[in-house]
Amino acid sequence: MKGMSIIVKKVSQLMAGLIFIYGIYIILHGHLTPGGGFAGGAIIAGAFILLILAFGSSALNLKKEIAGSSNTESVAILMVVVMALMALLFGSKIFFFNHLPKGEPGELLSAGVIPLYNIFIGIEVAGAILTIFLALVIFKEESSK
Amino acid sequence: MIVYILCFVLFLVGLYGVITRRNLIKIAISLSIMEFSIFLILVLIGYIDSGLAPIVDPGTPAQVYVDPLPQAMVLTAIVIGLATTAMLMAIAIRLYRKYKTFDIREINNLRG
Amino acid sequence: MELTISIILGFMIIGAIYALHAKDLLSAVIAMGIVGYGLVICFLLLKAPDLAIVQIVVETITLVIMVAVVLDSTRKELEPSFDRRSLLNRIAGFIIFAGLFYFFLLAIENLDPLGMHSLGMADSYVNGAVELTGSVNLVNGVLFDFRAYDTLGEAVILYTAALGVLTLLRMKGKK
Repeated sequence: MKGMSIIVKKVSQLMAGLIFIYGIYIILHGHLTPGGGFAGGAIIAGAFILLILAFGSSALNLKKEIAGSSNTESVAILMVVVMALMALLFGSKIFFFNHLPKGEPGELLSAGVIPLYNIFIGIEVAGAILTIFLALVIFKEESSK
Repeated sequence: MIVYILCFVLFLVGLYGVITRRNLIKIAISLSIMEFSIFLILVLIGYIDSGLAPIVDPGTPAQVYVDPLPQAMVLTAIVIGLATTAMLMAIAIRLYRKYKTFDIREINNLRG
Repeated sequence: MELTISIILGFMIIGAIYALHAKDLLSAVIAMGIVGYGLVICFLLLKAPDLAIVQIVVETITLVIMVAVVLDSTRKELEPSFDRRSLLNRIAGFIIFAGLFYFFLLAIENLDPLGMHSLGMADSYVNGAVELTGSVNLVNGVLFDFRAYDTLGEAVILYTAALGVLTLLRMKGKK
């Protein structure tokens, strides 16, 4: 599909950067304010979808994009399982236990292992939603030639 | 009590759509409507009058909060609904490329 | 609160009935947006901000995917035929709906009225949650510490759906 006019391209570049930073904020402050891994991951995927819709699929190399997003989501969900296994080996011998020290409630560095889970689940959700969208766009391109 | 009955009416509208519509996209829309009604009834059951949102203020503990357990369940269910709709749309695209129609009564030969 | 949610539910039911009977598929997809965004307003009124954020982003992404599927295909719905088979379908449907409605009325007989919910199982979650998990956000603490297996299962479902879509939409195979 063709891209849009140049005003749309420049404004969407600016907005996608702001939305990306907002998504990272929602993920990192998941244990303090409403949000968390799933909401932040979906917002980050929305920023990338905005860029793809504004620039058109002819300006990007979509095969490389989908390989990148698919590898990213696989590595992220592998890290979730590795972190759960690390709680099995060190600390107390329980799978999925919250074994890092919990600081004061209300600080950014608190709540043990929950912020790390938020980050990895956020990356996984963003990669999955982006892979679904890119698969649809690539299929439409290839079959309409 | 009338809120619960209205939620169930929304569920029945979705079920009517799944049973009687012939177009594949409308079946997908009706399935999504059924899921939305169930999300609403789960969150309605856990609501407490004049309760606060479940974010604890460390300065003033021990207040009445809304039940956080149905909210955690519905959060999982929303993302699962997205996964189901995405796979249904992928199947619909493949069927359209082969049969050139969305009508489920024309798609009835099992070769491929 | 009950009156407000009933009014919003009324709008959602009208939007859902229109989405089933629309002649054009694009109108039906946009009418599904009424139900989704009305749900966001209901979540905000019921003091669930976490759910409102997730629902609004997921609904927007779903609408973009469905419009992309609908736009380059035939958008007319074929006229509903009134032969005997579809009439029998509708009558059987209505009888089953009456039966389901009766069982639903039996099921909600013992429910507390709206707003007087007694925290049965969630009492032990809410009381000691801030010391046990360390997180101030109760929903996030419950989701990632007390019920972490559900979160792992959900991440696996989303991963499987992404792989499934990637496999279904390859162009190999015989035409």
